Amino acid sequence: MEFLQPSTWAEALDMKAAHPETTPIAGGTDVMVELNLDHGRPASIMDLTRIKDLTEWGTDDGLLRIGAGVTYTRLIEELGDRLPGLAMASRTVGSPQIRNRGTVGGNLGTSSPAGDAHPPLLAADAQVEVHSKAGVRRIPVREFFTGPKKNAMLKDELIAAFLVAPAPGPQQFSKVGTRNAMVIAVCSFALELDPAHRRVGTGIGSAGPTPLRAVQAEEFIQGELEWENRRPPSDAAMGRFGELVAAAAKPIDDVRGSAAYRRHALAVMARRCLQWCWT
Amino acid sequence: MKVGESVRRPDAPPKVRGTFVYSSDLRAEGMLWGATVRSPHPHARIRSIDASEARAMPGVHAVLTHEDVPGKKVYGLEIADQPVLAFEFVRYWGEAVAVVAADHPEQARRAAGKVRVDYEVLPPVTRAEDGKVLRHVKIRHGDQSARADVVVKGEYEIGMQDQAPLGPESGLAIPDGEGGVDLHIATQWLHVDQQQLAGILGLPKEKVRLTMAGIGGAFGAREDLSMQAHACLLALKTGRPVKISYSRPESFVGHVHRHPGTLSYEHGANRDGTLVYVRARILLDGGAYASSSTAVIANATCFACGPYRVPNATIDGIVVYSNNPPCGAMRGFGSVQNCYAHEAQMDKLATALGMDPVELRIKNALETGDRAITGQAIDGPVPVAELLRRVRSFPLPLGEEGEGEGRELFLPGGVSNTTHGEGVKRGVGYAAGFKNIGYSEGFDDYSTARVRLFVHHGKPRVEVHTAAAEVGQGVALVQAQVAGSELGVTDVVVLNADTRVGSAGSSSASRQTYITGGAVKAASEAVCRRVLDLAESELHPGSELRIENDSIVDAGGKPMVSLATLLGDAVIEETREFRPRKTHHLDPDTGQSDAHMQFAFAAHRAVVDVDTELGLVKVVELATAQDVGKAINPLAVQGQLEGGAAQGLGLAVMEEIQVKDGVIKNASFTDYLLPTILDMPPVKMDILELGDPNSPYGLKGVGEPPTISSGPAIVAAIRAATGRAIDRVPVRPQDLTL
Repeated sequence: MEFLQPSTWAEALDMKAAHPETTPIAGGTDVMVELNLDHGRPASIMDLTRIKDLTEWGTDDGLLRIGAGVTYTRLIEELGDRLPGLAMASRTVGSPQIRNRGTVGGNLGTSSPAGDAHPPLLAADAQVEVHSKAGVRRIPVREFFTGPKKNAMLKDELIAAFLVAPAPGPQQFSKVGTRNAMVIAVCSFALELDPAHRRVGTGIGSAGPTPLRAVQAEEFIQGELEWENRRPPSDAAMGRFGELVAAAAKPIDDVRGSAAYRRHALAVMARRCLQWCWT
Repeated sequence: MKVGESVRRPDAPPKVRGTFVYSSDLRAEGMLWGATVRSPHPHARIRSIDASEARAMPGVHAVLTHEDVPGKKVYGLEIADQPVLAFEFVRYWGEAVAVVAADHPEQARRAAGKVRVDYEVLPPVTRAEDGKVLRHVKIRHGDQSARADVVVKGEYEIGMQDQAPLGPESGLAIPDGEGGVDLHIATQWLHVDQQQLAGILGLPKEKVRLTMAGIGGAFGAREDLSMQAHACLLALKTGRPVKISYSRPESFVGHVHRHPGTLSYEHGANRDGTLVYVRARILLDGGAYASSSTAVIANATCFACGPYRVPNATIDGIVVYSNNPPCGAMRGFGSVQNCYAHEAQMDKLATALGMDPVELRIKNALETGDRAITGQAIDGPVPVAELLRRVRSFPLPLGEEGEGEGRELFLPGGVSNTTHGEGVKRGVGYAAGFKNIGYSEGFDDYSTARVRLFVHHGKPRVEVHTAAAEVGQGVALVQAQVAGSELGVTDVVVLNADTRVGSAGSSSASRQTYITGGAVKAASEAVCRRVLDLAESELHPGSELRIENDSIVDAGGKPMVSLATLLGDAVIEETREFRPRKTHHLDPDTGQSDAHMQFAFAAHRAVVDVDTELGLVKVVELATAQDVGKAINPLAVQGQLEGGAAQGLGLAVMEEIQVKDGVIKNASFTDYLLPTILDMPPVKMDILELGDPNSPYGLKGVGEPPTISSGPAIVAAIRAATGRAIDRVPVRPQDLTL
């Protein structure tokens, strides 16, 4: 196995162009697990931890631009006030040790349907900024996931950052796992309300081949919510919202839970998240 | 260090700091790494094995198959039926077929991948109902056609639990250049490994020497051989030290598991709640090889009714062979599965009778002199009713713990933000359980201890040498405490366990403190007698002498002479074997017999919060009461009560090896979930020391009872919170919602 260790971003992009099959590694919380479980042996690995740019965040035209190498711990501590939904999701990632190493960039790179960061990024309509020697692309996260552990990136591209607006309103994230901490999602749900634009964003995790959005549920509840007087939505509307979220999922039966349970739990989480966001 | 003092483990700081040397950390000059070729099928005929490509790979020193096993090609704790390396057939997914030694572990793994095994795939037997009977234990106690006013029935299913010791199987075999081998190994019973290895290697026992290596837990998983024979075979073949260290996924197929089972019960009682009869059929899936299944099913059957007076019992305990992963010993050993069933039945019966479930249990609780369903009169303290009263008398915890920041951590779902209180209901449940301590059914159980007293740097020192495996339970400290108490010497050194001293028996069945503690006590007493004889012959005292604080003192406690002076250059050494009282075979037709040596009892109360809409469970509190006879090291006893309860909680709400068509689907800690600190609540405990008249210091085995009734109490609490009839563990969210 070849071990590539670029010290600058330009060098990393050169290396990625020269070795398009290389597996980038940052925190290693996905890559090392795959190696340890003997799920394939990459021909080469590129260590991105020497590239300081990746660990920085700032603003870009009103959006937060967060380097792919910013850890979950830093997201929670430094950006929890501006991105409460993503911070809630980050808190459910692994153990403190994992959160000290793991990054949203890595989560996006792996593109697992169970990635905890994905639902809040979907709900917030975030963008993934990918670079190659040929240039820069910003891919809406809603178009990023193309299949199980597959995404819209080209072979010579690396994830530089993701861009997301500071929360325009209440955000929530909820995740079902069969233990009370340090657990992979059986299913998860993220919700964002944007009162100024009367918009609702959703994200579903671990209940389909990719992270999903519940578009019909969003459209339905945007029309139902009384944005002016902030009256609580009716039980019927809440129930319908839950049903539409469940209907948007494409779950399967696996070792973590049944498809039927996942749909059931999504409906419950959707109703609860809406309740928590609205009141 | 005296019996009854709380003593901290000396290996605790190095374990926390990461400096403790586990068996997986062992190294030797010129060491090779072993890797194992495993079956990808649960059942197949082996047509041929072609290792030529693997042998030609860089760094590879040996590839061995069953043809290279010089001695016995099969082994087993009760029945020798498991191949060292598979021949003719593979009978479970992950069975070892060949082993490789190479310079680097990655070379070994790659070469293992190039061993070509031609399999003719056969249909696997994966349902216990279809399996071949390995043992059928029958209990026919009292009136077989007894009738009762109130009858409750139930069928219960128990999933397959893993011992999940944090240290995977590992060890280092070093050839001695003279045809023998030294094996450094984390195991539960050095001498049974030695005996099995000598047979496999075709060597006399003296040429197979074992030394205990740093262990990361056992819980029954290290009773059977795993990599021991493979490492020794490779070392003897290559003439080089060979280390094998399993990965976590490999560990899941590298050791036996707790038996999954289906248990059908019928309880009959009078209107006043007096139990009249129990009829039960217990079916356990033993998997591909026998391991200790025959003993596990005996336990499941003997303790099928729980710690209650049952005058009439008809119990059929059946364990079968299948092509599922082999099952064997795990903490609780057959008494865990049946406790879920008998305790669910007691709650059902209480409901049917309109009685309080604790009162029903107390009414039927076994007492001293009562006969178990095996006909054995239970002697010594039998405080079942007292234990239940004590767990009931602990104050119940308040509502939701804490307020504000961090409060959600204590709700079901924990950090996952699934509820802010919505759907959460509380439930309280009780359970009691019992099991045998030590080996049963006529087994000649004993332990050997060598105790040596001499002067070291001007001070008396005691060295204790046994082969008792320190598996984390604290038997090393127990030995030091016993020798320290008996000999009145402050400097006590417990040597690492190895096969240079006689067998200590297994670190199993909660027996080591009793049996090896007994052996160390006997050897220490013999040393003490000799020292006092020496002192008396030199001092001619008027009164009786004893040893205290490194000196010979008279009856009034007045120092007569220091031990160092008395001993000079003398070395006083005694070796003793200790045997507990005899047990007897179960009658094959009725199961009536004095088959067990000692009985231990515990009770638990569980308080749970259940998110009834999402089916998520938070165990809020566990309370337990257990009679330990005498706490030799109270701190270690507390640890056993907490750790055992955590393992019981695991089976109740999350731990399950999921097997589909004979294949394990979750062989990693990503999907085989163990309780975290947020899942395991604080344990309130009431430790009783009632003193067993038959045992050393009155002690009882401690390690297993906490694992027996903790889970059933949690499930009872979940039933109370949800109103659902839960008949399967672990309880899954979908079982509580759909």
